[in-house]
Amino acid sequence: MDFLTIIQVLDSTIRLATPLLLACLAGLYSERAGIFDIGLEGKMLAAAFFSAAVAAVSGSVWLGLLAGIAASLALSGLHGLASITFRGNQLISGVAINFLAAGMTVLIAQDWFKQGGRTPSLFDGGRFTPVDFPFAESLAGVPILGPIYSELLSGHSILVYVAFLAVPATWWILFRTRFGLRLRAVGENPAAVDTAGVSVVGLRYAAVAICGLLCGIAGAYLATALQAGFVKDMTAGRGFIALAALIFAKWRPWHAMWACLLFGLLQAIALRFQNIELGGFTIPVQAMDALPYILTVVILAGFVGKAIPPRAGGEPYVKER
Amino acid sequence: MEKMPKWADVVLIPLISLILAAILSALVILGIGEDPVEAVNLMVTGALGSTYGWGYTLYYATNFLFTGLAVAVAFHARMFNIGGEGQAMLGGLGVALVCLYIPWPHWSLALLGATVGAALFGAAWAAVPAYLQAKRGSHIVITTIMFNFIAAAVLNYVLVNLLRPEGSMDPASARFAETVHLPTLHELLAPFGISFSKAAPANVSFILALIACVVVWLLIWRTKLGYEIRAYGHSEPGANYAGISSVKIIMIAMLISGGLAGMMATNNVMGEAERLVLNSTEGAGFIGIAVALMGRSHPFGVFLAAILFGFLYQGGAELALWTSIPRELIVVIQALVILFTGALDNMVRMPLEKLFLALRKGKA
Repeated sequence: MDFLTIIQVLDSTIRLATPLLLACLAGLYSERAGIFDIGLEGKMLAAAFFSAAVAAVSGSVWLGLLAGIAASLALSGLHGLASITFRGNQLISGVAINFLAAGMTVLIAQDWFKQGGRTPSLFDGGRFTPVDFPFAESLAGVPILGPIYSELLSGHSILVYVAFLAVPATWWILFRTRFGLRLRAVGENPAAVDTAGVSVVGLRYAAVAICGLLCGIAGAYLATALQAGFVKDMTAGRGFIALAALIFAKWRPWHAMWACLLFGLLQAIALRFQNIELGGFTIPVQAMDALPYILTVVILAGFVGKAIPPRAGGEPYVKER
Repeated sequence: MEKMPKWADVVLIPLISLILAAILSALVILGIGEDPVEAVNLMVTGALGSTYGWGYTLYYATNFLFTGLAVAVAFHARMFNIGGEGQAMLGGLGVALVCLYIPWPHWSLALLGATVGAALFGAAWAAVPAYLQAKRGSHIVITTIMFNFIAAAVLNYVLVNLLRPEGSMDPASARFAETVHLPTLHELLAPFGISFSKAAPANVSFILALIACVVVWLLIWRTKLGYEIRAYGHSEPGANYAGISSVKIIMIAMLISGGLAGMMATNNVMGEAERLVLNSTEGAGFIGIAVALMGRSHPFGVFLAAILFGFLYQGGAELALWTSIPRELIVVIQALVILFTGALDNMVRMPLEKLFLALRKGKA
């Protein structure tokens, strides 16, 4: 395997890690505030469809992005209504949202475009174009550093950079602001936050809304940057891989980035090489597919460090009267 | 004092939830420019208007009975087994191995063997998440989701690399022998002079599913183990105080749940396809969640809900055939049912509780 192949694999790692990272950070906000969210997949799917549909009709990818975020926020609102206002089961609500998105996207796509549950392919204005760093062309010739700069770092869509900038931003918001402190507190001990006179319901809705925003960007990235248009079930389990990455990272932003890059790398390798020969032993491609899930189970089992979720996660808060 | 009478809890709330889901579904159908009344007519004639339709409705219902019971048993121990899909896939592998490698003399023996194989494989697939929950406190919902994906990868590997007959491009096992062919309802009912559609896939495993319903009912409400499972589900500290071991209940409830989900394979793999194909479960494991929620985790409720979803599935297929409404409409209806009967339960329950309280005060 030569240097250029490595660069290419890493390049596609970044592309594939981006939707995972956005969804993973989305889940991080929600779960840190005590709202379990297994509906990341559904929100991404809804955002992917609406962003592609609006981009296809209007020709503007930015309008598409807004539509995607709006769709994802709507589902977040539903999740909030069920799990915060009506104190329902958050997991069941997440399952319902996943199915709602899976069904509605195809239903609406068929009604609007009549192309078997997909949107028309997006052309120039309807897609996010690569952003080239300054001097990327001229520096490409420099050995080692040149390809890293011009191939690996430069030339991604704007959303990729947004995703990676969201990591320090999330760290800062969660660990350096008052809002972040309260958000984490509401996931650990909502009664204490309530006693301090801060609205538990308000904080949790805010967290769920941020989650919707980030899932919206993730979905829009899938349909308008990574691929050109929406196809049925295009998230293909990414929401669950993001969930796995979140547990793998033990609900911490920087670790989430590394976990998503690792899972992105696994996808990139599985995409490029079908079976991998390793000293006379062949690793089947299915093992690569299953590896993120197996790693997560191992982490959850506590054999390699213990993953402890936010303490009040999954439990509706009942204010005592 | 109860907040409201039992009949309201058991019948009224699911009914109102169902009506809400139906109204929203009708709005969805209106939204895509079709006539809901016309659609319901088509679904009823397509799914219930002929023995052919009934054959498909009951075939789907058989799948949902098994997965619905699986989720229901776990619910009684307050476990949310979202891994029915993976357990049913592995159950399919169990059935395939039993049917391919053992020369059965008669289908009845083969069905017994296949049931055991399916239940063992399904239970084995539930065992690891159950053990991790019981011993290490890993959240069962997350681990069972992960095991669904791992199951898909395992099945893919086994079908492509191990079970695929030589020279075949299709990732599927060889066809099972003629002797393990399960009699369809057509063959079962013919001796009694009842004519039933020949083409429909409903088969003897429907009866197996009905037996499973009765057995689950006996287990949950008529045995010591069932009592322990329910006690644990109501209050873990209470159950522990009464000397019931958490580890034991989690393990047993999940193994039974996984076994039931696995047994679905006697219907779709052995009864219908007669070979193991990729994605043979077609999401039935997830529909089990909706079925168990709607059936209030009671075997009779699960039975009614499974028939309803069988009807929706067959009716949905007919709709997709005759109108421009895609099959995904059923996924939407399924989502709405899960939403209203599961997540938004309180939305229906709270106003009703207030209403009954007000009525009671009025009388006193």
